[in-house]
Amino acid sequence: MVAVDTGPRTDPVEADEDDALVIAGRRYTSRLIMGTGGAASHDSLEHALVASGTQLTTVAMRRYAPGDGVSLFDVITRNGIEVLPNTAGCFTAREAVLTAELAREALETNLIKLEVIADDRTLLPDPIELIEATGRLVAVGFDVMAYTNDDPIIARRLEQAGAAAVMPLGAPIGTGLGILNPHNIAAIAANAEVPVIIDAGIGTASDAALAMELGCDGVLLATAVTRAEHPAIMARGFRLAVEAGRLALQGGRIARRHEALASSPVEGRPDL
Amino acid sequence: MTAQATPPHAEQRVMLNGEERTTHAASLLELIAHYTDTPLSEDGRPADGSALGIAVAVDGAVASRGRWASTPVRDGAVVEVLTAKKGG
Repeated sequence: MVAVDTGPRTDPVEADEDDALVIAGRRYTSRLIMGTGGAASHDSLEHALVASGTQLTTVAMRRYAPGDGVSLFDVITRNGIEVLPNTAGCFTAREAVLTAELAREALETNLIKLEVIADDRTLLPDPIELIEATGRLVAVGFDVMAYTNDDPIIARRLEQAGAAAVMPLGAPIGTGLGILNPHNIAAIAANAEVPVIIDAGIGTASDAALAMELGCDGVLLATAVTRAEHPAIMARGFRLAVEAGRLALQGGRIARRHEALASSPVEGRPDL
Repeated sequence: MTAQATPPHAEQRVMLNGEERTTHAASLLELIAHYTDTPLSEDGRPADGSALGIAVAVDGAVASRGRWASTPVRDGAVVEVLTAKKGG
């Protein structure tokens, strides 16, 4: 009997059209969160942000300078993108809490990307200060997205402290080394009840796709786009990679095998 | 406003974003309006209704914009004026 294709195929499980990322009640249809660090100019940044399709983009709180011109806040928000202030450069819970309060005052958002790093050389998170700062910020009404190590236990403690999202690093900030411990990232994603966003270390599109395939709910990256040779093209690549990785997770990958398995049937082979 | 030892328009020295400056501003509102070159309403928002997008810390504590008008500029104050810059 010959199977006859009778018309357009419909997949039994269509990917959910409205497969939104929800962080503290905020809904995002894009799962790619962009950073702005390292961008050569407002102009190239704006092109990259638009190409990425992002709906949420990080900014740092730094000294205002008279004559700054068009504000970064304007560049981001005029494209309908929400700002996500961070506490980059803070080494203690005290500094991070004050920086978050200033960000809330300046940008009028309760959302904060909490970074508390241990030193300038490794830029690795200080988990003790991080957990302390998370608890204090949650207590005064912040929605905390906590940048953390790829440690499943610290991730759990952050969630217990009230973090709205847990953001483990793939590799140290700015390295572009990809996801150094995929097992831990998968473990964090499997156990968390809040969104898990891979943050830092992403180098190229396949890293972002892998993060999503491991079960992450989103990807946050900056350097991989802003310092790419062609930021807007790279941004579009990441947009597609995040979508592809999400679909691959939902599609359900095949099991790995040690031996080959013919995909064409043995039956019906001609004698040649 | 509470009674001040110095008259409102006396010259004060402040550290503003790391630079020592002298100012005759009677209030933090005046200082910020001058520094950002933006006319501000009493509530600390730009008179044209736009968003200023800045936050102010005085001596290490947040000074929310609603309090700028009633906050005198104290001699020797350390004032930090922050805004969103590229990062993260």
